Amino acid sequence: MFKKILVANRGEISCRVFKTAKRMGIGTVAVYSEADRNALHVDMADEAVFIGAAPAAESYLVIDKIIDACKQTGAEAVHPGYGFLSERAEFAERLAAEGIAFIGPPKGAIEAMGDKITSKKIAADADVSTVPGVMGLIEDAEHAVKIASGIGYPVMIKASAGGGGKGMRIAWNDAEAREGFERSKSEAASSFGDDRIFIEKFVTEPRHIEIQVLADTKGNCIYLGERECSIQRRNQKVIEEAPSPFLDAETRKAMGEQAVALAKAVDYASAGTVEFIVDKERNFYFLEMNTRLQVEHPVTELITGVDLVEQMIRVAAGEELAISQEDVKLNGWAVESRLYAEDPYRNFLPSIGRLTRYRPPQEGEGSDGHIVRNDTGVFEGGEISMFYDPMIAKLCTWAEDRNTAVEKMSDALDHFEVEGIGHNIPFLSAVMDHDRFRSGNITTAFIAEEYPDGFHGVEVDCQMSKDLSAVAVVLDAIERERGASASKDRFENGAANSGKTVRLDRENTRAILERDGAEYVVTIGEGSPQRLLTDWQPGDTLAKVSIDGLPTAFKVDPVPGGYRLRHRGVDQKVQVLSNRVAELAALMPEKLPPDTSNMLLCPMPGLVVALHVEEGAQVQEGQALAIVEAMKMENVLRAERSAKVAKIPVGVGDSLAVDEVIMEFEA
Amino acid sequence: MLEVIEQLEEKRREAHLGGGQRRIDAQHAKGKLTARERLEVLLDEGSFEEYDMYKAHRCADFGMQDQQIAGDGVVTGWGTINGRPTYVFSQDFTVFGGSLSETHAEKICKVMDLAVQNGVPLIGLNDSGGARIQEGVASLGGYAEVFWRNVQASGVIPQISVIMGPCAGGAVYSPAMTDFIFMVKDTSYMFVTGPDVVKTVTNEIVTAEELGGASTHTKKSSVADGAFENDVEALLEVRRMFDFLPLSNRKKPPVRQTPDPYDRVEMSLDTLVPDNANKPYDMHEVIVKVADEGEFFEIQRDFAGNILCGFIRLNGSTIGVVANQPMVLAGCLDIDSAKKAGRFVRYCDAFNIPILTLVDVPGFLPGTAQEYGGIIKHGAKLLFAYAEATVPKVTVITRKAYGGAYDVMASKHIRADVNYAWPTAEIAVMGAKGATEILYRSELGDPDKIAQRTKDYEDRFANPFVAAQRGFIDEVIMPHSTRRRIGRAFELLKTKQVEGPAKKHDNIPL
Repeated sequence: MFKKILVANRGEISCRVFKTAKRMGIGTVAVYSEADRNALHVDMADEAVFIGAAPAAESYLVIDKIIDACKQTGAEAVHPGYGFLSERAEFAERLAAEGIAFIGPPKGAIEAMGDKITSKKIAADADVSTVPGVMGLIEDAEHAVKIASGIGYPVMIKASAGGGGKGMRIAWNDAEAREGFERSKSEAASSFGDDRIFIEKFVTEPRHIEIQVLADTKGNCIYLGERECSIQRRNQKVIEEAPSPFLDAETRKAMGEQAVALAKAVDYASAGTVEFIVDKERNFYFLEMNTRLQVEHPVTELITGVDLVEQMIRVAAGEELAISQEDVKLNGWAVESRLYAEDPYRNFLPSIGRLTRYRPPQEGEGSDGHIVRNDTGVFEGGEISMFYDPMIAKLCTWAEDRNTAVEKMSDALDHFEVEGIGHNIPFLSAVMDHDRFRSGNITTAFIAEEYPDGFHGVEVDCQMSKDLSAVAVVLDAIERERGASASKDRFENGAANSGKTVRLDRENTRAILERDGAEYVVTIGEGSPQRLLTDWQPGDTLAKVSIDGLPTAFKVDPVPGGYRLRHRGVDQKVQVLSNRVAELAALMPEKLPPDTSNMLLCPMPGLVVALHVEEGAQVQEGQALAIVEAMKMENVLRAERSAKVAKIPVGVGDSLAVDEVIMEFEA
Repeated sequence: MLEVIEQLEEKRREAHLGGGQRRIDAQHAKGKLTARERLEVLLDEGSFEEYDMYKAHRCADFGMQDQQIAGDGVVTGWGTINGRPTYVFSQDFTVFGGSLSETHAEKICKVMDLAVQNGVPLIGLNDSGGARIQEGVASLGGYAEVFWRNVQASGVIPQISVIMGPCAGGAVYSPAMTDFIFMVKDTSYMFVTGPDVVKTVTNEIVTAEELGGASTHTKKSSVADGAFENDVEALLEVRRMFDFLPLSNRKKPPVRQTPDPYDRVEMSLDTLVPDNANKPYDMHEVIVKVADEGEFFEIQRDFAGNILCGFIRLNGSTIGVVANQPMVLAGCLDIDSAKKAGRFVRYCDAFNIPILTLVDVPGFLPGTAQEYGGIIKHGAKLLFAYAEATVPKVTVITRKAYGGAYDVMASKHIRADVNYAWPTAEIAVMGAKGATEILYRSELGDPDKIAQRTKDYEDRFANPFVAAQRGFIDEVIMPHSTRRRIGRAFELLKTKQVEGPAKKHDNIPL
């Protein structure tokens, strides 16, 4: 076994690999760039080597620097993590030349699977199901119809030379195939000067399901079940789970065996992932193979009990797999949420910067047997840098069944405190509570279909309103109990004993609060009483509350007269006022936010470095209006439509807050 | 007997209606509460005791003798806020537009006199059209009586003004001489001369909101210390602030027990100051992480953002915080920030509120605008305020403390009691680059040499130890233990006693 390994990566995956290495008694070496001097992975490793400037091209992607770092520290093997150099055949080759082991597959396998066309060909040769289609010459429309009906409808008719959606048609029957072929052909000829057409099976309601394989250098290869990764936003995976709620044992076995066949066909060794697209009839087709450890590998680890990193290290050290296919048992259900530094309310705009608060939920096994796991590379006071992937953490939960695992994820997200930057916890929470997600009826279009206009927060329903109100009433009571014991002067603390009204979303509801031992019994309006128990203290930003025996958590921020509570994707201000004050508050006019449809607002805190237009100018849609520099990045702000500039209240050099008005347009 | 009681009830009922239901409805339609409703929000439920409910004006001109309304446009008395007493007056816009008559002024003066005598704060809720013109000079006399009392009370009891409607002409000078002014957005304004006069005299066309609304006074003029969304929020926030303040200069600030451990460690502060000295960071984070329960009541948040002022608690006791803010103008001192902080320091000193100073200041803001504006005298205000303050003063230098600004920001030399520095502190005459350019002017043509000289200077002075060797810094502390260190320092300083030389009063450069 190796005595020391280096991880040619950063962030959570470096930390992840170090954890296993430490458990195995292997020394650890981190590499770091200028931007990562204070990073967690540097802190965790036994040794750390500085490898250059912040941009990855000058540090994490420079093979020579990684090799130098190995020589300098005597590391015998390199784990590449994911991204960066992980799927570069050249890297594996160079390491081999230096006599350093690569904790990953052989160079040949990386190369073979790195090219889409080659990999499909190899897959087809290995009897792996690929998307049926004909790339060869198609003589005429009748030929096309014959091919199409042979494949089975619907089919996609596409110009060979075309990219994107151009010259692409979907045909559901012979007539459409005939027409589609002719039109695509003429379009292709005029657009690309190349009228070659190919026809391929069109997969409707596709799911992204992938098989984890594990192979050693002795010719053993097993599969470790599948991961469902259909919840994606713009091809970026957001939520993954294992197993898939969709596969039956038969399909799983067929997919697994084909994945193994493919791995064997390229003499694969190490952990790898074979990605499939699966249609609603459970037909599956090979997409590509990732010759590295996947971001979402923890869900597989949670349901199989196999430490994939350990297996990779053992295989790289020449050991034979100690697990056979029969040993692999899928146990329970695991879900992973990727926490990103992005603002879900602003079309998921990246939101980088300092983590003023970072408190993940308690990891480990809960009293009822569920597991919470959080893989991260950040810490409170750390920085999410503009140079790298803006992932904050991978939060996983495991439980006996899917529903419980999802429920535990909702709860873990409620306990996860991240402040200082925007993050997608509200969005993840919303998906966890989404009926369609809960039903398991998901496809890769889930987010696009369910959130077509973006994410605008979660509506407060009746039960939620009741819970939020009850929690606010209890927090207020705890604050008043403290107040009564502290600032009491010569007079009664008059506010202490009066009746209370909850004010939520401009709606007043009477609340009755009683104590029953340690419990607070709260009745909101005409509702039935709720029993609450909490150890919350004034100033705590997280309130762990049990409501009628169900433990849950709320993020708490004080606001005038009450609290801003965040829970399950809801972000709501709840005031707790004396009955009379609530009556008077109801007289206050509702101040609607100003109409900003005719304004250019600053999308992030930053500095105005250029204004391209002047007051009175007529601007066209898409025209560059201003440049705002934030975090050393220049952001060009463009006109959303044609308009006349009425007013520019800012100047070059001004530093602006989010939503500050840069320009006003004539209505 | 019963009949007499009924009469009393009838009289009270009448008085409570003020200018009548129609005017009350009009007040509500404007999004404003009535004078009495405001007191219900401000004070603990049932704690208000009214004085002079039946007082009426004595004016017999312009038909005023036929319009007698009990209370004469202002509600006065006292009540409690979380059990601690305060005197109040609340102008009633439904009665003669809240205009100030001789008798109206007398009512205010009565509670002011009592407040000073009894050592209890005074909160004024202003909503008045101005002087009662029918009364002429009698009304003016009334204003001046109030002004004189504002000054007598200044530094004796906390005086807080909330502007909840118009406050124009001479009327502005009473709030102007109180300790804090808060405004309600969209429904309040303050100016010496209104838009009509402005137009007549200067031809400027300006709305009341632009001339003296909450935005103007919190962002441009700094007349107001804060602005809130509506009457209810404003009054709830005044309640919150009141809990920080002592009842008078004879009392200590109140102590509020807290579950927040005094030795709470904040590891994240160790990474707050960026490696690059030119990169800003948010000083709010230090304040919030050091304070009990993360609670910071900020004063003048929207003005002179290069310095932060406000109240926190440590171990439950009120502390005034003054902090340079590197996010704005790199934290430079300028005219506005010196005036803002100078006034705040003097307030704290007057009312026995210890002062915590957080320092990251690269110097004074250069430029003709500053020099022509009198930065010399305005900057001196902050220096003067710190130097004369005898309350406990604890200073923490987080990063830069350059030049004269170092001296100003509660340095050891002007009698701060405990001076701490973070390991990232740089106490020097100026930044390394500027210093080497002066010291090695002849080498300016050689960038390599200058770079080396700059590095030498940095190595020598860009740290807290040169100052620590001289005792200007008492200890270099870990950022993560800041709360514990300053909490202990203030605890020890609670018994601080100093006597200055006898004088009538000082002569701060106004």
